[in-house]
Amino acid sequence: MRRSLKSILKSAKEILPENLYEELVKKLEEAKDLTSKDKYEVVEEVIRRYIVSMVEPGEPVGTVAAQSIGEPGTQMTLRTFHYAGLMEFDVTLGLPRLIEVVDAKREPSTPIMEIYLDEDHRYSEEKAREVARKIEYTTLEKVMYSLEYTLGDRRVLIKLDPEMLEDKGVTSNMILTVLNNTNIGEAILSPEDPYAIILDVSEKVIPDEKLFDYKTYKELEFKLRKLYIKGIKGINRTSIKVIDEKIIEGKVVREYAIITEGSNLAEVLKVEGVDYTRTKTNNIFEIAEVLGIEAARNAIIEEIMKVLEDSGLDVDIRHVILVADVMTWSGAVRQIGRLGVAGEKPSALARAAFEVTVKQLYDAAVAGEEESLRGVTESIIVGLPPRVGTGLVIMSIGIQPTNQIRER
Amino acid sequence: MSFRVERFSEPFVIEKIIFGLLSPQEIRKMAKVTVLRSDIYEADGSPVVGGLRDPHFGAIEPGERCPICGNTREECPGHYGKIELARPVLLPHLGDTIYSLLQATCRRCGKLLLSSERIDYLLRIYRRLKEKWPRLAEVMVNNIVKEASDNKECPHCREKQFDIRYIRPIIFYERKPEGEVRLTPIDIRDRLEKIPDDHVLLLGINPKRARPEWMVLTVLPVPPLAVRPSITLETGLRAEDDLTHALAEIIRQNEKLKSFLTTNAPEGMIEDAWLTLQHVIAAYIDNELPNIYQLTHRRRRPLKTLAQRLKGKEGRLRGNLSGKRVNFSARTVISPDPYISINEVGVPVEIAKILTVQVTVTPHNIEEIKKYILNGPHKWPGATFVYKIRQDRKIDLRYQKNYRQLAEELEPGDIVERHLINGDIVLFNRQPTLHRMSIMGHIVRVMPGKTFRINLLVCPPYNADFDGDEMNLHVLRLEEAQSEARELLLVEKHILTPRYGGPIIGGRQDYISGAYLLTMKTEFYNLDEVSKLVSRSEKPVHLPEPAILKPKPLWTGKQIASLFLPEDLNFIGKSKVNSGLLKCDNEDCLNDSYIVVRSGKLLMGVLDKNAIGAEQPNNLLHIIALEYGESKARELLDSLFRVFIRTLEVKGLTIALNDIEVPVDAMREIEELIAEAKREIEELIRRYNEGSLEPIPGRTLEESLELMIIERLQKLRSNAGEVAIKYLNPFNDIFIMSKTGARGSDVNITQMASMLGQQTIRGKRITRGFRTRTLPHFREGDLSPEARGFIKGNFRNGLRPTELFFHAVAGREGLVDTAVKTSQSGYMQRRLINALQDLVVSYDGTVRDSWNNIVQFKYGEDGVDPSRTYHGKPVDINRVIDIIRARSSEGES
Repeated sequence: MRRSLKSILKSAKEILPENLYEELVKKLEEAKDLTSKDKYEVVEEVIRRYIVSMVEPGEPVGTVAAQSIGEPGTQMTLRTFHYAGLMEFDVTLGLPRLIEVVDAKREPSTPIMEIYLDEDHRYSEEKAREVARKIEYTTLEKVMYSLEYTLGDRRVLIKLDPEMLEDKGVTSNMILTVLNNTNIGEAILSPEDPYAIILDVSEKVIPDEKLFDYKTYKELEFKLRKLYIKGIKGINRTSIKVIDEKIIEGKVVREYAIITEGSNLAEVLKVEGVDYTRTKTNNIFEIAEVLGIEAARNAIIEEIMKVLEDSGLDVDIRHVILVADVMTWSGAVRQIGRLGVAGEKPSALARAAFEVTVKQLYDAAVAGEEESLRGVTESIIVGLPPRVGTGLVIMSIGIQPTNQIRER
Repeated sequence: MSFRVERFSEPFVIEKIIFGLLSPQEIRKMAKVTVLRSDIYEADGSPVVGGLRDPHFGAIEPGERCPICGNTREECPGHYGKIELARPVLLPHLGDTIYSLLQATCRRCGKLLLSSERIDYLLRIYRRLKEKWPRLAEVMVNNIVKEASDNKECPHCREKQFDIRYIRPIIFYERKPEGEVRLTPIDIRDRLEKIPDDHVLLLGINPKRARPEWMVLTVLPVPPLAVRPSITLETGLRAEDDLTHALAEIIRQNEKLKSFLTTNAPEGMIEDAWLTLQHVIAAYIDNELPNIYQLTHRRRRPLKTLAQRLKGKEGRLRGNLSGKRVNFSARTVISPDPYISINEVGVPVEIAKILTVQVTVTPHNIEEIKKYILNGPHKWPGATFVYKIRQDRKIDLRYQKNYRQLAEELEPGDIVERHLINGDIVLFNRQPTLHRMSIMGHIVRVMPGKTFRINLLVCPPYNADFDGDEMNLHVLRLEEAQSEARELLLVEKHILTPRYGGPIIGGRQDYISGAYLLTMKTEFYNLDEVSKLVSRSEKPVHLPEPAILKPKPLWTGKQIASLFLPEDLNFIGKSKVNSGLLKCDNEDCLNDSYIVVRSGKLLMGVLDKNAIGAEQPNNLLHIIALEYGESKARELLDSLFRVFIRTLEVKGLTIALNDIEVPVDAMREIEELIAEAKREIEELIRRYNEGSLEPIPGRTLEESLELMIIERLQKLRSNAGEVAIKYLNPFNDIFIMSKTGARGSDVNITQMASMLGQQTIRGKRITRGFRTRTLPHFREGDLSPEARGFIKGNFRNGLRPTELFFHAVAGREGLVDTAVKTSQSGYMQRRLINALQDLVVSYDGTVRDSWNNIVQFKYGEDGVDPSRTYHGKPVDINRVIDIIRARSSEGES
């Protein structure tokens, strides 16, 4: 007696991966013309095919993954490209970015964030801009038109750029407050011009003996130019982008997001209006610090897949997942290379065969290391079959001369 | 599987290797000779006793007997000697370790600068940590060193500690209040000697295998002659190994220092000689250390000393241990042969006569092997050696005349070294070996000629072409290796690549045009033509009922193709040509670009890249390989694909200049497009010059202008291309090639027929060259398209001189790019392999490294082998449903 469709679906749920099972259920529902016997057979066949497609024990998945990612490397580009559709930002892609990711560099060469917004802010460009203004790192320099001073006079005249003030959402009064909170001196708004600030520098900053010292003034100017007004450190530029457009009840509804040059995940997530569930950065270390190692793992997978897809290369995601897992399974993001995964191997021979040979051998000698010859390189070095693939199985058979076999 | 058939003798197996430092006692014990003289030969040419070629170093000359072990040079393992140093010397690479030892221990009592209780506590933790988390133990050591070094007074003897200054690689100073004092190796050795074993352990050093004082040499081991063999030049002069030269220098300095010491020379001279000795010994160990005088030959070439032997790509570890040289291999140029199987390789007779396989004589094969012996070593298929096991004798057939007698004496159990013959399996490889498909197993087919022959279909996995490529062949000599190769490495086992679920072996170029020409619906073939085509497949087939019966029987190309497809194959897909005018979305479409295979019959659709191409996931070939097995796919590749090639041979495919000739009207239209674009760009430049150009936010004005111009010119090229393509005959051979995916793209056609377009460097227009212009043909500061690398000419009409220059500039960038990229991606791949090579799927489905650390609980999160997927998906549910549906409707009718 055959089992029922229901019971085989139940075992299918146990055996099949989740997404495959769901797809199967959906497709079975759609196929109205099939009898339940047919459906039973479909489920049976799907399970059979799934099991047939599984990896065999001993498969050297590491080497295969490394080759699958490394082999198309020669076909990759070396250039930076514009950020998807936006001419404002350049973004590193192709081979340099891939190397950056597996190198686990602390800072990407082009850090970029995609900041998504919450329900209240995502549907209006104005509101999105509001959030962007809170995020963008603004210094006095960015909103200033000119900065004037004369040697011997402790007075500095700062002329503001009304257009930039508007753009960055800064008012003259805000700058006044910031200036007065520093102990550089006392700032007042110029009586003649609402966009000019007169700063009377205190004697502490420019003592009498330095009154004609050009260097002191230059240093002060530099300090003023870089004076922090608002925003988040590291976010140098922002831009608003439409990421989704749909028509709801005859009206066009656009969703906006903020793209930034520079990255500071921890601070951005705190800003009101930011959807902290979807906001992304391409700085993997930041993700590891703020969101944890699992998030970093996913970020590595996503970054590598993005680079490969952008270069038009077809690589199975399983290989990328393995690389990400190797980089993160210890609980910290480790580099693929001498300073990370390869340098932390327990075998001195394997380390010495990779890079900095002499140092590795001396270190092993001083620590009195024992080489147990378990890994692939070590086995090759001493002439043993490596414990991979068919080398995983140790089998011995008694060889009998042919005539003895015949006698039996 | 790994089982060992005993052949001659069981080899020794290395179980483990222990690293450590040699103690002076050990060095003295193993030394068989003390070297005192730096000269090597006496005047009569005999080696100096007590010199670097003393016979006690071991026998190396033929016929020589070793005075130590009594063996000849084959058996003598070589013996060490020693140099007793007049004063101790630091081991240069251990400077950093010595530095931290000195900092962390007391200068008087030698104990670690931490309280006894703390030391006991740390020891307990350290021992446990070392067991379980060796990496953490390392971190702990660093912290202990830091903690102890910060202590400025010894908790044990209350001695005040001073700062130590270290100048790499061998100089130490102590900062006493009265001034800096140099620490000599004697001082250092005294201090290191005093450190108790337990305290040494806490500093990450194993005192049993490396006592700290052993880091200061008092006696230097001299390696045996086998390590530093001398060579005899043609002139009869002997040239000594670099190591011998370095050692001679050490002896000279050592003897000098010794004589200074015995004659009570001034302190300064002794110091100098001692320092020189330290430098020379440091250079003997590593001649590339910073701040060390390099030892050199007379011609200023630096000596290759110990570290240089180990280091780098050609060093001992990477060059001789991780990668080894092999025998039984061959290399020659490759050339194509579409009429051998993809599993085969054509091997020149000359090579087959040199490469040999060992076969054991049994009652089953004795007659066959006798024939080989009768042929001798010079006639293929012959044999080169006979090993008579019972008499323990090795017979070289090159020096034998009586083959007949040898053949008669042959008995089961003998081993014969026979030529490579048809049916043997060999490994075939093309560098760069970037993935596992770069080494595959091929079945030998011995052929006349001097090149290896391969089927064209295996070019994609090797990335091979025939413009002079060479490939390597390796003979497998053990049955185990041969059967493993047949099961796992054979070409057909690699039709599906694990990189993405799809076929990596498949049609390219002519195979694709051929398939298209064969299966086009306008083409019909009479019996004669059909026979000639099908016969090329070398597969017996039954011709079906012709599609057209009257006035004469005619078959369609699709009928011919169907002869080779599996009988129950069902497949639906889109052709590559399925676009534009030939677009088809369902089975009712008449454009013949929707592929329908039912019950093994190609009913509709032309076969092109999307059906039979390499590297096209989910195409016809992929489905067959996946669902009908790789050997079925191989049969198809070995039969049907020959028909494709034959079709092309019969029909011909060629291009001519007039294929890309566009009418005057079109040229005029293109000129107009160019004029229009130029007007717009001039306008942009004008606005830029007067400052009214609106910049793109976040970009400077110049960048914005450049971006806009480039964008406009890109549009111009695609428009110009469209015009040209519109006027060209869409059924000429160039279009057939590009539409079917055989070769070339629309951009290529545009560049031939219409215009090359903007040439770029790093994505920007060409700006460099002269100070404010690219070439002297243009005005300074000219921003117009033609002055910045825009080419309006095409390959058909030719380029203007300036255009040709710009084209060469952009072309050069491509060359530089590839050169840079290969080294970068090669290094990245080496690192990836090194980091991942130990990962294996174990029997419980987890992915583990060699130390049993679990990296993944289930490989790829679903445990699926990518090479067995439909482009990543383990099961194509739609196909399963279709199969079951077809099966059940069959049952009804």
